[in-house]
Amino acid sequence: MTDHFTIAVIGSGPAGLSTAGRAAELGLSHVLYERTDHASDTIYKYQKGKYVMATPDILPLRSPFDFEADVRENVLGTWDRQLQEYGVNIQYDTEVTGISGSKGGFEIALANGGKATAENVVLSIGLQGNLRRLEVPGAAEATHVQYQLDDPDEYEDETIVVIGAGDAAIENAVALSKQNNVIIVNRRDEFARAKQGNLILITQAIEQGDIQCYYSASPVSVAPKSITLRTPDGDAEVACDRIIARLGAIPPRKFVESCGIVFPNDNPASLPEVSKHYESNVPGLYIIGALGGFPLIKQAMNQGYEVVEFIQGNTELKPADEPLLEEKLTHLPGAGVDDFLASVRENVPLFAELNPLLLRELMLDSEVHRPKPGEVIFKRNDYTNSFFTIVDGEVDIQVDPDDPSQVVTLKQGEFFGEMGLISGRRRAATVIARTECTLFESNRRTMIKLVNSVEEVKRVLDRTAIVRQIQTYLAPDLSTEDLRDVVASASLHSLKEGEQLFQEGETGDAVHLIRRGSVTVSRRIGGREIVLSYVAAGNYVGEMALLSDAPRSATVRAAINGTETIRIEGEAFKTLMNRAPELRREIEQKFRDRIADNERMASAPEAGSIIQFLVEQGVGEATDILLIDESLCVRCDNCEKACAETHGGISRLDREAGPTFANVHVPTSCRHCEHPHCMADCPPDALHRDSNGEVWIDDSCIGCGNCERNCPYGVIHLAATPPKKPGLFNWLLWGAGPGPGEDKTAKGEGSKLAVKCDMCKDIKGGAACVRACPTGAAIRVSPEEFLDLAALAQR
Amino acid sequence: MHESILVYRRFRFLKWALLLMIVAVVAYAVDQPLGVPNGGTWLGYTLGTIGALLIVWLTWFGVRKRRYNLGPTKLEAWLSAHVYLGLTLIVVATLHTGFQFGWNVHTLAYTLMMLVILSGIFGVYAYMRYPALMTENRRGQTLNEMLAQIAEIDAECREAALGLGDEISTAVLNAAQNTRVGGGMRRQLSGHDPSCATTAARQTVQSLAESGEAGQAESTRRLISLLLRKEELLRRARRDVQFKALMDIWLYVHVPLTIALIASLVAHIVSVFFYW
Repeated sequence: MTDHFTIAVIGSGPAGLSTAGRAAELGLSHVLYERTDHASDTIYKYQKGKYVMATPDILPLRSPFDFEADVRENVLGTWDRQLQEYGVNIQYDTEVTGISGSKGGFEIALANGGKATAENVVLSIGLQGNLRRLEVPGAAEATHVQYQLDDPDEYEDETIVVIGAGDAAIENAVALSKQNNVIIVNRRDEFARAKQGNLILITQAIEQGDIQCYYSASPVSVAPKSITLRTPDGDAEVACDRIIARLGAIPPRKFVESCGIVFPNDNPASLPEVSKHYESNVPGLYIIGALGGFPLIKQAMNQGYEVVEFIQGNTELKPADEPLLEEKLTHLPGAGVDDFLASVRENVPLFAELNPLLLRELMLDSEVHRPKPGEVIFKRNDYTNSFFTIVDGEVDIQVDPDDPSQVVTLKQGEFFGEMGLISGRRRAATVIARTECTLFESNRRTMIKLVNSVEEVKRVLDRTAIVRQIQTYLAPDLSTEDLRDVVASASLHSLKEGEQLFQEGETGDAVHLIRRGSVTVSRRIGGREIVLSYVAAGNYVGEMALLSDAPRSATVRAAINGTETIRIEGEAFKTLMNRAPELRREIEQKFRDRIADNERMASAPEAGSIIQFLVEQGVGEATDILLIDESLCVRCDNCEKACAETHGGISRLDREAGPTFANVHVPTSCRHCEHPHCMADCPPDALHRDSNGEVWIDDSCIGCGNCERNCPYGVIHLAATPPKKPGLFNWLLWGAGPGPGEDKTAKGEGSKLAVKCDMCKDIKGGAACVRACPTGAAIRVSPEEFLDLAALAQR
Repeated sequence: MHESILVYRRFRFLKWALLLMIVAVVAYAVDQPLGVPNGGTWLGYTLGTIGALLIVWLTWFGVRKRRYNLGPTKLEAWLSAHVYLGLTLIVVATLHTGFQFGWNVHTLAYTLMMLVILSGIFGVYAYMRYPALMTENRRGQTLNEMLAQIAEIDAECREAALGLGDEISTAVLNAAQNTRVGGGMRRQLSGHDPSCATTAARQTVQSLAESGEAGQAESTRRLISLLLRKEELLRRARRDVQFKALMDIWLYVHVPLTIALIASLVAHIVSVFFYW
């Protein structure tokens, strides 16, 4: 006789465990099939000691099984214990080979010849059971090819080829390189898919020669003790003891399709579609976890709980994040989450393409505001860079700082705040509620993620942003209608640091508006390229050649990576100027000023060298930088002492370290970048940017060190809280304690957390380092201020 | 953007100081005391009180400098005022004496005050002159980097000296072990070491090379150039120590003398009021 269950769960990953656990808790007859001899095989196969993240942190866990961020061993240990506690009917070493039948009477065929029937089947097999294999001659038979790595310390003094450029490949390669000779093979010319922290690890390892990398290379064939790679320089045979291919995982399509489930297209990476109750196109057959498109552990576990509830008929069950979303709607009495999200989808074209789950995720990281008419939403020159969409009502943008009555009105469905998001600079205009309105404010990190993952959002955002940027940066007095031709001719250009936008002597055929990053303008004088000026985002370059119909008088290069310009074709620009005499006068005035400035700079090459030096130090992406005039600095280190005394005994700046040029010293201290590298990958989202521009770390720091690694300027470090010191007079009069400043010999207490300059945002009077400098050598400035010609001329 | 303490806010505190001095001089010129001008007249007391308050305030700078949480006023403003108002003491206190000096506790306080001011003037000079020289001398390196480079050269020297005979080996070893940067106060302030072991080693190698006793011309030449490079680095490292010492040394006079001044000032005031 075959066994019969209410729920059969296939795959004991986080999703499957949670499903079976909930079923057991409710006393339902159930079975959990696991192919291997242990539960949760994917996590089981993680590297030993790997830290398992519990993102998204804000999402509450809803599962009989416990889970929080911890090392692999503890996570698995807890689950094994709880499997016993709940009395889950788990059958190890039991592979499911087929599912047939329909709701109420599924038949499950097992590899061991057994059979079972079930009313409902939950498919939680994930993807990792179906790793992508190396499909080249020799790979299938080879004994030295493997697709995962359990313990990197098992291998010693081997030559190991790691294939792949994702996080798994990088983590394996870096861990193995400690005691092996590692070669990594990347199909592309950069590691674009990796997390920021891994990107830095691998780049460093390659630079230091710890790992050898073949870029733009792919395997051709595998032979015993070697692999042949196709590289841009031809085929190369690489001798090796071991090949680890980390090529990702794809759905086990054949099996899934054999159960009657339909895939939306032929792309091998595509996933089956499910209803909002996780039901597939086969009624009674549910798909949760990575195979259903939810690769995060916590999401998968929540789904496991929920799917049992749905099967039980509790279709009204709200998602686990419902209370969090409800809390955001307190300004809108009576509004339900589903209604609100529906109205966002309906009224905001930008988000119309997002599926309900993505929209929920977006809302988790967003705020809903209900300002009264006349209320200021943000002010011009604030550094905040969140993004607003108008769900209903209207807002006014004050386009002219001198005349608040001149406004552009935005209506339901439109958005604003994208300029700060793109440029990373201060807000370009003040925005005020015109009527009572409902605004949806999304934070910078979420928006960037969204823009990068949903093509449609990026397209709509860019199209609107270009119009607004041209209007704001170039022609504030002209209407959108006047600018139509210019906008039609506009295109976006992205540049790497040092890359040329145009060259001296070329024919000028376009004007460029800098919308992100900054550029330097230089000219060849006496055989040497002399920098004439530094131009920040929000300005334009290239108008001179068009106005004078002469070749380009200077070369323009990007000062930092990721500089973006809007290119406006020359003809369209000329037509616009002919139509708008006021604009023409303004541009011509600027043109004359620039000629005069350039001539002055050309005769004072020292000032140009300072610009060049500072740009090389990455000052181009700074918003506020500490600069020390070494002709005034008496090396008393009172700046460091002040920093330590006002920040819990730890100095966040190193005065002496850092380069110097012509008496301008750039100490190791935070520059509060336009697009902070440190904020790129902070698991608890502990890094923030304030309205004044300062980037700071809140108490939720977990000390993971990502920001420290991501900062290219070495201004973040991990430190424990030092012990308390005796007071100043105790030291002055009796010599008690180590005196003011950081006590480098002190042993800290507690765990190490990241510390960085917060620009003394909570201290009256501003930056302590600057206030404490007795000789006026230390100043904090924005690069535009410092690299201003007049300021440099004074030096 | 950068502004030195002397020109701070367009000489704001110089103007204050000049005003105070002019007022004091004019008051002194106009005043017709009974008998000779001295500290005991109406004007004498006034100038004395101003002077004593100034001294207390100037001394407070040592505490203010280490209080980092006192609002937006920059320490630079305090130092600028400290310099200029400190200098006015020369006029205010001298007029307070009525030019009566003698071998007593009163003149002792005055003398100590003038010494404090003199050391302060040297301090201002040092702060204006040495930072730029220091930067120039460092050529973008920190002292630690220079010392690290010296240690590297030492290792190279030992390698180059292999097989060049005992005399050279001993000299090179001596140069590596006994070369000192810094040391006592005098050594730091002088900026050089007359008995530098590296210079001695270089001279030994050179003279042996000239007399043809060194052997292996190639290695010898390399060793000499290494030692010359090390000497140049040592010269710069010692100059660096010298500049730092010059910027620090005056404080070791300025501060203790200030303490002595405060003590004698108390004695001066107490004695005037008790034994008048």
